[in-house]
Amino acid sequence: MADYEPGDYVEVQTKKGVFRGVLLPTSQFSDRNVVLLKLDNGYNVGIVPDQIRVLRKGTQKKKIKKSVPAPNPNLPTVSILGTGGTIASYVDYRTGAVHPALSAEDFAYAVPEIRNEANIRARLIFNILSEDMKPEYWIKIAHAIKEESERSEGIVIPHGTDTMTYTAAALSFMFPKLSVPVVLVGSQRSSDRPSSDAYINLLSAVRVAKSDLGEVAVVMHATSNDDVCHIHRGTRVRKMHTSRRDAFKSINSAPIGVVGEELKFTEEYVKKSDETVLVPSLDEKVSLIYYYPGMPVSVFERMLEGMHGAIIMGTGLGHVASDFVPAVKKAVKDGVIIGMASQCLYGQVNLNVYSTGRELKNAGVIPLGDMLPEVAYVKLMWLLGNYDEEEVKRLLPENLRGELASRRVLQ
Amino acid sequence: MTMKCGLEIHQQLSTKKLFCECPSELSDKVMGTVTRILRPTQSEMGEVDRAAMEESLKHRRFIYEITDNSCLVELDEEPPHDLNREALEVALKVALMFNAKIVDEIHVMRKIVIDGSNTSGFQRTALIAVDGYMDTSFGRVRIPTICLEEEAARKIEEREGVVVYRLDRLGIPLIEISTDPDMHTGEEVKEAAQRIGYILRATKKVRRGAGTIRQDINVSTGQGRVEIKGASRLNMIPKWVNMELERQEMLKKAAETLRDRNAKIDETIYDITEIFKNTESKIIARILKKGGKVLAIKLNGFAGLLKSGKFRLGREFADRVRVIGIRGLFHSDELPAYGVSEDEVKRVKDALNAGEYDAFVLIAEREELARLGLEKVIERAKIAMNGVPGETRAPKDDGSTAYLRPLPGAERMYPETDIPPIRITEEYIEELRKSLPKMPEERVAELVDMGISEQEAWQIVHMGMDDEFENIVKKYGYPTIVARAMLNGCEDIDYEKIFEYLSAGKFAKEAVDDIVLRACNGEDVEKVMKEYEASIDLDAIIDRIIEEKKELINERGMGAFKPLMGLVMKEVRGKVDGKKVSEVLRSKLKDAL
Repeated sequence: MADYEPGDYVEVQTKKGVFRGVLLPTSQFSDRNVVLLKLDNGYNVGIVPDQIRVLRKGTQKKKIKKSVPAPNPNLPTVSILGTGGTIASYVDYRTGAVHPALSAEDFAYAVPEIRNEANIRARLIFNILSEDMKPEYWIKIAHAIKEESERSEGIVIPHGTDTMTYTAAALSFMFPKLSVPVVLVGSQRSSDRPSSDAYINLLSAVRVAKSDLGEVAVVMHATSNDDVCHIHRGTRVRKMHTSRRDAFKSINSAPIGVVGEELKFTEEYVKKSDETVLVPSLDEKVSLIYYYPGMPVSVFERMLEGMHGAIIMGTGLGHVASDFVPAVKKAVKDGVIIGMASQCLYGQVNLNVYSTGRELKNAGVIPLGDMLPEVAYVKLMWLLGNYDEEEVKRLLPENLRGELASRRVLQ
Repeated sequence: MTMKCGLEIHQQLSTKKLFCECPSELSDKVMGTVTRILRPTQSEMGEVDRAAMEESLKHRRFIYEITDNSCLVELDEEPPHDLNREALEVALKVALMFNAKIVDEIHVMRKIVIDGSNTSGFQRTALIAVDGYMDTSFGRVRIPTICLEEEAARKIEEREGVVVYRLDRLGIPLIEISTDPDMHTGEEVKEAAQRIGYILRATKKVRRGAGTIRQDINVSTGQGRVEIKGASRLNMIPKWVNMELERQEMLKKAAETLRDRNAKIDETIYDITEIFKNTESKIIARILKKGGKVLAIKLNGFAGLLKSGKFRLGREFADRVRVIGIRGLFHSDELPAYGVSEDEVKRVKDALNAGEYDAFVLIAEREELARLGLEKVIERAKIAMNGVPGETRAPKDDGSTAYLRPLPGAERMYPETDIPPIRITEEYIEELRKSLPKMPEERVAELVDMGISEQEAWQIVHMGMDDEFENIVKKYGYPTIVARAMLNGCEDIDYEKIFEYLSAGKFAKEAVDDIVLRACNGEDVEKVMKEYEASIDLDAIIDRIIEEKKELINERGMGAFKPLMGLVMKEVRGKVDGKKVSEVLRSKLKDAL
């Protein structure tokens, strides 16, 4: 008789003896035959039951009423727009499940020091895993930013780290002008852990959101130390490590600033504008193609099918096998706009050095300098969504939001 | 009132670390540091523990020293790897040796610890088995839980606002064995600890040396539970337990007396600096010179309980203020002394209006600290009315213990979601059951059968050298000499080589002790053995001696063997085996006759 349910205090008969504890919801990784118990000593164990008897029915979890103090008139207002991800989550200690922080109260509880920095307006735009991010969500975020820009002095967007830089790039292009700083922030250690980087990252992000920055930035740990964060330009930053706190790095450029107790811009940056201009359209018919030795031309051709544009991540200075040249030529002739970025990430592409490069260039491939491939991909979507073909071709290799530079120095 | 004692034993394993592939060793190779902070997380109630939050708001920073045997996992920069299966196997075998019920599926938990000893802010721990037991000479000791967990980082130093830890130790697997309070004397605690140690070492997968096994003893005589933390020296256990028993009895007696006297604590703190203006007490004079004060409290009904006969409440007070850095505490039972005059004592008593049964405690310090100290004394004095408080105490070399901190609160644990649960099947357990190491007494019996005493056998088992002993004796014999060499010798000597050479007749067995001794002093075994190798011509020596003692031989015939043997041995002892000498001498003597 299955008249027991998670939360009940039960006695479980097994072949080994009797176990008592609170019945927990089954873990998705557990063996099917196993039930999960929290014993009186706090440990969870899985046991194979012969019989389960309820000793005491579970009680409903008490809803905790959280309250935030009244706004402080001397502090600026910062909007926090939730999108899901590790940073904005807390753990259900009963089940171990991680839930998103949904409200201003949740954030205020997670990082009480925020209250000393700003009055917080918070809302959840949507709640998805970073890897489930899609271009249509970028547009939703952009509209939310536009709305909030009229009500607060800065915007913080907690975001899953996996695709945060794609979002940062998309927002960078969608806003030719910003009257508020737009700060994306994430965490590499979930906030249910005492060692989470979320606290410093979020607090730093709020500090940047109070600044005069008129760009989209990503704020994350500068090093493995819990002290300062780097402020990265949204079109220059890339996640370069799967798990470290300092996974986010500015590529081919320096971070634009450092923020700890103090905020300091160390590179040139665009200052806040009087208005926020949103140009949100995107053309999703763009491919991002990672070339590899042995890649069949047919696979390449299929990835271009029905596409309006493509960014190739070529080898080295920007190459694909020479037998790709005819296929490239044909695609360009059919009106597909093809840009070339490098798998190396560091350094700029150059299609003049080797013959294959020259052939690709002659075929109509546009070399994209030191632009990051993912940024180029997002940029091409945005250009195709808003400009005609000639204009797209002209703007793709131009610097619009700091995504390109003509000088690179040894750092 | 009977005493009940329980044990909690933590043993490090010598497998790789529990959640990464780093070696389980300590290291002095520091490659760099990182600085971190830890914050309390929301509890299941959605609230943050207020005390924990205050602690973290002090912005205490932790500096972690990165060693060559640590990786991104210890740094909390990479998720834990799968639980080390070799360590798990050792833990499961230990569980079976303690007759415990192994759980069907192991779930790793996070135990919140924000003192910085874990970079993650929690210790990963898993309950492996429950309801075990072991039998001892005084009866059964129940073992309710056996856990497998990760060791904490090693604390290197603590300074203003910063604690420095080293990552070498973090992540070493630990087996935690907890007993029920089934021991009733210090000797029983010692026997139980010893037996648990033997069984752990029987797995041959435990780390050896200082700090690799830690014992905590719980002592209760019906009132508060006292945990003696880090009572690692077996031979001291009876003393620690017995002195703790005495202390608890004393505390109970004191509480009774206080109740009889209707004792009261006057919470007024008096400034009596004036009395000590011209004191002879160097300690007090020095503090006053630095602008400090002498503050005092009156404890009604406490006279004679602070220090006289068996009563030592004064030490309890001193312990509580020592942990906040106060050394200058004096009380009426020990004064006049330390340069404090009889007249000063009298004036203090007058100032406090203290009667015959009233005691006083004074602290000389800077004012706020003295005040804080006396508040702690008042707090402890109030507890004294009720008897024994539950607390954590540190063992000391003289057999006593000292107050360390209150008992830890309930542990906050939640699941480690980065590590999937591990199903332990019946088949696997049966397989392990077949390959269990022998229990220590079986092993001892086997060694005794090989020709050594039971005492030697226990010592060899205790040192974990039983396999090496067995191997050498099976190959070369000499059980008593092997045993003696191992018991007198040290670790890391190639005993097998010594006995290989001995059995090849390269030197005499009399030389073994010397060779072992010199090897222990750091000399190269091979070189030392070369020195003892028979470079002498035994035949020539015997021939010469027979020639010299011709008279004796003529006189006594074969009866001269014994004295001649003595003469030959005098020259070749340690270089040629006595047996061989006797053979050669006997044959040459026969020839000579």
